[in-house]
Amino acid sequence: MQIYLPIAEVVVNAFTLVGLGGVVGLMSGLFGVGGGFLITPLLFFIGIPPPIAVATGANQVVASSFSGVLAHVKRKSVDFRMGWVLLAGGLVGSSAGVLAFNMLSRLGQVDLVVQLCYVVFLGLIGAMMLQESLGALRRAKKSGPIKPMRRNQHGWVHRWPMKVKFRASGLYISAIPVLMVGAAVGVLGAIMGVGGGFIMVPAMIYLLGMPTKVVIGTSLFQITFLSAYTTLMHAVSSNTVDVMLAVLLILGGVIGAQIGTTLGAKLRAEQLRILLALLVLAVCGRLALDLFLRPEDLYSLTPGIIG
Amino acid sequence: MIGRALILLFALASPLGAQENLAQESGAQETGAARSGEQIVADMSRDDVDITTSFDGSDIIIYGAIKREMPIPETDPLDVIVTVEGPPRPVTVRHKERRFGIWVNTGKVGVAAAPNFYVVATSRPLGRILDSAEDSRYRISVPLAMRAFSGASEVEDVVPYTAALVRLREAQDLYRLDDGAVRLAEQTLFRADIRLPANLMEGLYATRIFLLRDGKVLDTFRAPIEVRKVGLERWLYRLALDQPFLYGLMSLALAVFAGWAASAAFRRFQSR
Repeated sequence: MQIYLPIAEVVVNAFTLVGLGGVVGLMSGLFGVGGGFLITPLLFFIGIPPPIAVATGANQVVASSFSGVLAHVKRKSVDFRMGWVLLAGGLVGSSAGVLAFNMLSRLGQVDLVVQLCYVVFLGLIGAMMLQESLGALRRAKKSGPIKPMRRNQHGWVHRWPMKVKFRASGLYISAIPVLMVGAAVGVLGAIMGVGGGFIMVPAMIYLLGMPTKVVIGTSLFQITFLSAYTTLMHAVSSNTVDVMLAVLLILGGVIGAQIGTTLGAKLRAEQLRILLALLVLAVCGRLALDLFLRPEDLYSLTPGIIG
Repeated sequence: MIGRALILLFALASPLGAQENLAQESGAQETGAARSGEQIVADMSRDDVDITTSFDGSDIIIYGAIKREMPIPETDPLDVIVTVEGPPRPVTVRHKERRFGIWVNTGKVGVAAAPNFYVVATSRPLGRILDSAEDSRYRISVPLAMRAFSGASEVEDVVPYTAALVRLREAQDLYRLDDGAVRLAEQTLFRADIRLPANLMEGLYATRIFLLRDGKVLDTFRAPIEVRKVGLERWLYRLALDQPFLYGLMSLALAVFAGWAASAAFRRFQSR
């Protein structure tokens, strides 16, 4: 079924969009990532103009992560206090990120910076997670029962002032590193045009020492608000949200997210982390190929006049 | 030959009378000054295209006759060129080069006005019926459709960039040269079937008809086609532009509602 999108002004197959939304929603429910880093390149691929893909992707992320949050709230695996603190940092960071993005586009080469950011961060995070979770899985197999992950109980984050009790995470740490993580992810997310879940999740696990099960719900909670903010900014400043496109993606996305959450509850934390690591590495590899392989056509078209 | 002419006549029969009224009323359709006593009389199967949600392209028939108050000249044969041109939009053409082992955008050329759609249909191969001076005067052939480079160019040679623009648009079927697509009968009746693609943008599309003999343009005829969104498409488009904040909130509300509905539906499904 072909459908004409009013803002994007292109014709696409409605079932393709529902399917794409479903796949990304599944990832979202399973791993607690918003899926922005997947949906945006996929939309480029089927011919949606890039600015519309970025803005509408954010709108879709709101739906799938909200659906995921509700499922996690029911299972009591959301640390609301942690979520609010991260969000506060995230809003500051993402505003700073938008400024940085505008500065980079004035200098030109913003595409290259974004692409390099993707490859470097996805590569680093993917490799670190894969190594750690494979190790954890091996240890778990040797010693039978699953040992809780080693948390930096007395690491640098625990010596700072402004200590807050995060009951759901079982942590009593300073709010400063939490705010810093939120802000750093916000900056990167705004530059790369994504919610930043794939950076947030490992940061919460490895930097803040939160347990994996709580991390996913909390990350989704934070992403819901952050992408709602981004969607609104895009709609107001550049009119690039295509609601028809969003509805189709959302339809697939919310169903995918529910299936993902159910599936996630059945998998072990180490297995989840290995799967997410592999996914992140796959996207990284695909983007790296674009940088290193000779493009099919050396020339490309971008609507509008650039800088 | 006669059979084909009859079909064309049939296509012509009804709207010819209406055409004269339309030209008088709106003044939108104009006929250029004929230099040789041969003039175009033409009409289209439709002068507006509505984009609905299920829009998947549209066919337009442009047809007409040559009006003359003299016998058919026995010089070169007559030819007809029909062009349909979409609204101009700015576009940037960028070029990638290998730097430090990776492919990077290095040069760029901004074209201030390139139509998003341009098709040229001719009665015989374009190169044989149109001389280049007339081509540049009337901007007929595909590479001449774009104009006005924006600002001072930062590259030495813009030709590869404009050639790439044409090549990329041709690959998407947005720019097209259809040699022989205009059917011409008895040097008098002509007809062109133009396919407008599904990926159409809103705006005024310009139709031009050129009458040629011996490489020279004898007469021109212009008429607009209005392409616009209707119904839900129109409503959403206007809302996004006129009330962006409201539109953003609506998009978010939809997203939140869909997220809640799926969650509630699954809970019910699982608790059974």
